[in-house]
Amino acid sequence: MSQLVNETLMVKETVEAAQSAVRPLLEIKHLSKSFTGVQALNDVSLEIQQGEIRALLGENGAGKSTLIKVLTGVYPRDNGEILLDGSLISASDSGHAQRLGISTVYQEVNLIPTMSVMENLTLQHQEKTFGLISWKKAEIRARELLAQVGLDIDPLRQLDTYSIAIQQLVAIARALSTQAKMLILDEPTASLDSDEIKQLFNLMARLKSEGLGIIFVTHFLDQVYSITDSITVLRNGECIGTFKTAELSRSDLVSHMVGKSLEDLAPTAHDHSIKRERTELLQLNNVGKQRYLQPLDLNIAAGEIVGVAGLLGSGRTELCELAYGSVKPDQGEVTLSNHSLTKSSLRRAIQVGMGYCPEDRKQDGIVAELSVRENMILALQASKGWWSPISMAEQQKLVEEMIQRLAIKTPDMDKPIGELSGGNQQKVILARWLITHPALLILDEPTRGIDIGAHHEIIQIIKELCEQGMGLLVASSELEELVMFAHRVVVMKDHHKVSELHGDEVSEQAILRTIAS
Amino acid sequence: MKKNNFLHKHQKTLAPLLSLVLIILITASVTPGFLSIRMVDGHLFGSLLDILHRATPTALVALGMAVVIGTRGIDLSVGAVIAISGAVTAVLTVNTDWPVWVVILCALGTGMLCGLWNGILVSVFNIQPIVATLILMVAGRGIAQMITEGQIVTFHSDVLDAIGNGYFLAFPIRVWIAIGMIVLTVLVMRKTALGLFIEAVGANVRASRLVGIEARLLVLSAYVFSGLCAAMSGIILAADIRGADANNAGLWLELDAILAVVLAGASLAGGRIYLLLTIVGVLIIQTLTTAILTSGLPAQYNLVVKATIILAVLLVQSPKTRQWLSDFFMKKKHAENSRTGNPDTGKGSIEP
Repeated sequence: MSQLVNETLMVKETVEAAQSAVRPLLEIKHLSKSFTGVQALNDVSLEIQQGEIRALLGENGAGKSTLIKVLTGVYPRDNGEILLDGSLISASDSGHAQRLGISTVYQEVNLIPTMSVMENLTLQHQEKTFGLISWKKAEIRARELLAQVGLDIDPLRQLDTYSIAIQQLVAIARALSTQAKMLILDEPTASLDSDEIKQLFNLMARLKSEGLGIIFVTHFLDQVYSITDSITVLRNGECIGTFKTAELSRSDLVSHMVGKSLEDLAPTAHDHSIKRERTELLQLNNVGKQRYLQPLDLNIAAGEIVGVAGLLGSGRTELCELAYGSVKPDQGEVTLSNHSLTKSSLRRAIQVGMGYCPEDRKQDGIVAELSVRENMILALQASKGWWSPISMAEQQKLVEEMIQRLAIKTPDMDKPIGELSGGNQQKVILARWLITHPALLILDEPTRGIDIGAHHEIIQIIKELCEQGMGLLVASSELEELVMFAHRVVVMKDHHKVSELHGDEVSEQAILRTIAS
Repeated sequence: MKKNNFLHKHQKTLAPLLSLVLIILITASVTPGFLSIRMVDGHLFGSLLDILHRATPTALVALGMAVVIGTRGIDLSVGAVIAISGAVTAVLTVNTDWPVWVVILCALGTGMLCGLWNGILVSVFNIQPIVATLILMVAGRGIAQMITEGQIVTFHSDVLDAIGNGYFLAFPIRVWIAIGMIVLTVLVMRKTALGLFIEAVGANVRASRLVGIEARLLVLSAYVFSGLCAAMSGIILAADIRGADANNAGLWLELDAILAVVLAGASLAGGRIYLLLTIVGVLIIQTLTTAILTSGLPAQYNLVVKATIILAVLLVQSPKTRQWLSDFFMKKKHAENSRTGNPDTGKGSIEP
């Protein structure tokens, strides 16, 4: 009898031992989450082991950020289970998630810029002596945490005196301060340069060797292949699959992400030459600004699309801003159709035919609380001035036309634009400029953050506008997109123009070679 | 389902309106005769008319405040501007033989000058609105005292008497003035490009700049408008008591005005403002004051009772409370459905 008990105990122990050996660090089972009518996550399951770096990939709107927010308790889940180290967890907010062992570092650094590095690091847990904060101990603790991420900086200095890259590492140091088991990095590399990325990857490799599980969200496929062990692909809220990084080819990965094979995506042969006679529109002569952009020349003719390529931070946006006039150059001349705009107001620039869709749609593009109609007529009305109002009938006619022409999906034109999807918001901003009949339209990342269908439509619109004789300056981080429509591509690097590719020279490889050279 | 959507869409509008109706009904049940309106000599009388009559100065100030708040600003100086314009009205009436309309124009002009001062500090010198207008809030009463030389100046003028207490078409003249201003402001804010620009600048100043809207002049004009509204209010208040009291005219009125704008659901961070709901907010505040005074409650309880009820109204409006309520009802519905074994019918009618 007692022998039997002993045996069962032994069996039980071995089973438990075996289980803990394979037991994943994090298990997500059948997770679902929906928002009003939209299934953001649909029955997503995945497992992450200790010491594993998992890439979480997907196009915009695939459900990556929803998954992270459900994991960290920012959103409540509709269905499903989350197990950390074998025990069921249910975080109520991100602070709670962190205490449970899941720490997150977001793309926008989530620290307080005006406090010192030390204060930021010890904000959630202060070192105390006799119940009062001991800044001496706090400093020691801060130095320990910084050493952990390989940073040798003065913890007493104010955080915002350091670069974004260092702030990002400080954020990771803070995330690690609470005995994290899982670290979620949500696009941490978006604003880092290559050396800083290397520094981050070294840190990730070390944390991995210490047994941490890491979820790494990024848009850069190179980084996925250089650091991750495995890849989970989400698409439209569903988990398409989890793959070993080494066993998944890039083309297969992209196919999984977009739900199409690469052949479908292959750009059709595009004629890079313009057929009409050159009528110069925009002319930048030696335009530059100190600590902003090295002086450069650029001409754009009617019916021509000029692409601006370059890595993040290479000066793409800076070029657009100087050309538009929202940042004034300190040297050089800007003219549009023979009007000098070097010192003019934006209103004047718009009156003579300039238009600009900025990169950051939320901050610089939409006025979220105003309706679709109001957002759309804003630029035209501003160029006319408030004293010569556009009649309501006229407004409705213009807006209705644009909604039809750009296939904008909105129940009615009086819906606040903030409630539309990213792609439709972008179309409204495009329409805002189209109704001013610009001669030259500057588009900075026109397809960022919008779904693949709208992406295609916007590229189609760009081509049509060009055929109608508009000049376009399009900055984009997506090379395949630029190559598809640009007649010429300006390549930017370290805030100056390194090259201009014409006609048949325009290809992804050529652009990449120029950037790399 | 359709009704639910309607409620959901107009939740923001309904909350202040329902609060006002509730407060009126409760007061009516406590105070007999509260709702009765009599016609005497072609003039309407009654507690409700009294509320309208007393609410006009606050309503005018709140209009200007709403526009300023729409630009992400705030105007703390309106109480002081009331004192100044009241003082100007009184002193000019007593010391000069100028026609009354010139006196009124002078008082209004003074208010607009005060607004211009605030506007320049805010939009040209980029001083934070709360600090910029604090300066005039403090200094303004001093200026008013200097104008009246520290005395309460009393005056007599038939026209000003009429503005203060006269009647036109059964309603007090001052109520007509307020209605005129409200209609005018709503028209400008809702139907003109100027209103559109002011709201756009308040909601997203960066995007507005990029489409070529010059924010500076718009913000400036919002403060000038607020000064004008405060001056009107100051003239009415001075006309009401036939004198200018530099120390007490419009005292703390700026706070009532801000409260009214907030009760209407506007955000102090700028953007969409709700002018008509702001007036509902003013009426809520005035109804409470009148109700407490007529209910026979000892005077020392007034302020605390008023504050408590306003807190309740704000709580009802807060998104958090609404979330709780909707969660509560959802659970209840779910529980009922699972009891009847019919899990699906409850879904869809309540939004997350």
